Amino acid sequence: MGAMSGKEKALWYVGALVIVLYALLPVAWIISLSLKAESDLANKSFLPTNATGSNYSGIFSGDGADLFLPALRNSIVVCLISTLIAVVLAMFAAYAIARLEFPGKRLVLTSALAVAVFPVITMVTPLFNLWRQIGLYDTIPGLVIPYLALTLPISIWTMSAFFRGIPWDMEQAAQVDGATSWQAFRKVIVPLAAPGVFTTAIIAFFIAWNDFVFGISLTSTSRAQPVPAALSSFTGSSYFVQPTGAISAAAVIVTIPVVLLALVFQRRIVAGLTNGAVKG
Amino acid sequence: MSSTTTARAGATAAAPGKGRVGKTDRAKAEARLGWYLAGPAFVILVGVTGYPILQALYESLFSFRLTAPADREFIGLRNYSVILTDSLWWSAMLNTVLITLVTVAVELVIGFALAMVMHKVLGWLRPIVRTAILVPYAVITVVSAYAWQYAFGLTTGFMNAVLPGVGADFDWFANKWTALTVICLSEIWKTTPFISLLLLAGLAQVPDDMLEAAKVDGATARERLFRVTLPNMKASIMVALLFRALDAFRIFDNVYIMTKGAAGTETLSALAYNQTISRLEIGLGSAVSVLLFVCVLIICFIAIKVFGVDLARARGES
Repeated sequence: MGAMSGKEKALWYVGALVIVLYALLPVAWIISLSLKAESDLANKSFLPTNATGSNYSGIFSGDGADLFLPALRNSIVVCLISTLIAVVLAMFAAYAIARLEFPGKRLVLTSALAVAVFPVITMVTPLFNLWRQIGLYDTIPGLVIPYLALTLPISIWTMSAFFRGIPWDMEQAAQVDGATSWQAFRKVIVPLAAPGVFTTAIIAFFIAWNDFVFGISLTSTSRAQPVPAALSSFTGSSYFVQPTGAISAAAVIVTIPVVLLALVFQRRIVAGLTNGAVKG
Repeated sequence: MSSTTTARAGATAAAPGKGRVGKTDRAKAEARLGWYLAGPAFVILVGVTGYPILQALYESLFSFRLTAPADREFIGLRNYSVILTDSLWWSAMLNTVLITLVTVAVELVIGFALAMVMHKVLGWLRPIVRTAILVPYAVITVVSAYAWQYAFGLTTGFMNAVLPGVGADFDWFANKWTALTVICLSEIWKTTPFISLLLLAGLAQVPDDMLEAAKVDGATARERLFRVTLPNMKASIMVALLFRALDAFRIFDNVYIMTKGAAGTETLSALAYNQTISRLEIGLGSAVSVLLFVCVLIICFIAIKVFGVDLARARGES
């Protein structure tokens, strides 16, 4: 990279500061908003006059609880199930893609790419109609199935890229050294593959957690409605009160887990998102 | 990466020799195992998207409204002619194309600047910057939409007070262009990190000695950027562009949360949603969905045939 002059270095540091501000300001704003009392929401300033937790108690035990808590449960259940199914299926597929020669390998990868760029809204009309006929409308499985279209393609790519980087010869080397094939797999391959599988799971979970289109189109009640969809149907405590405070508090709550995941697994996520993405 | 490439190249070079011994049982068994492993994922991929698009194609040929199921009637391509002659479709198309062009162009520039900073900053700041950049990526689009909407909102916002030359009672969401501006801002904030991470991976591939050599030869920073760095990252720029363009073209969440398509801000996805879910016009909604799908196909076709984006290679799949 060559030596940088002091002035040049300072410039990059300023740039770094700008990035941090860019990334965090909108999040700080929604947190600040969630701490404003109802009378304070229109204070036209970034910070609350007096910070209060009333919006949070509102969505956990007050008026909003009936809507928010089931939605939070639905989101967690639907995202975990669809991530789990996608990761398990993609693990087998990625193993085959990385290690085996079989006709149609390209077809599998191409269809994963095609599904990833597929306009999700195109799936909504037919699924909305079909789900109503076969009773999957407003149910957990009715969301898990279309979520697979979001989580499966990215899982297949990310994991294929990870698996391609694993030194598979080490498995044979361990067997030569006297390990049984099961031991070789468990002691050598599993520890090498686990980080890739785990990273893929986080990225797939992010994508499922972010869904809004399926959420508002294929559910209508707290039976299956996930948080993003529930947010848009929040109402104030009376007709004249805007639900801004409640929405902001709920927004902060759903943001916390994903931001924590991003903070803790920063390195892995960056590697997962860029791994195999470019090959010059 | 390069070592894997050579290893793979070696493997394929050796393969024909092995194959000549006859389509061995071993090769057949490997093919069978491959499909046993990849089959379930493949079937689901095709099922969850193939079925809906075929169903949408079929439904789009009927006049069918859920509120009047008895009036369902085959009308051929009339839904399409209704849509394509309606100004609402063309205004939604124009909005979608505009949003796509503006956000992708801005994101490419900002994303590249962010990638440069992430690439150059060293020491303790490096992990902090790389972590901060993941925050917008992790925040869900709906939350981003609310944050930006409230920041510019008439009652809840602080932007009117902060921005010079903007009156305190200026309503950003009453006018099409200002509403689209806020929608674009939210979209740009949320998705630039993805682009910048892809570009960062591309930057890491630019050989340092090439940059040094250019420097020694007296190339200015500007020349180094345009003559060495950018040409060497062409592959990753193209991939980032195509993926973001296809993603921006489907824009829905920001529009729905901020305006629900009011004030002339409807996009193609919002139009499809409003036809199907709000108005229960299954026939018309299906036709809009099919047309949207065709648009995505056209974008892919242009990117791959005209600009020569090699997705498989860029994704490290060959």
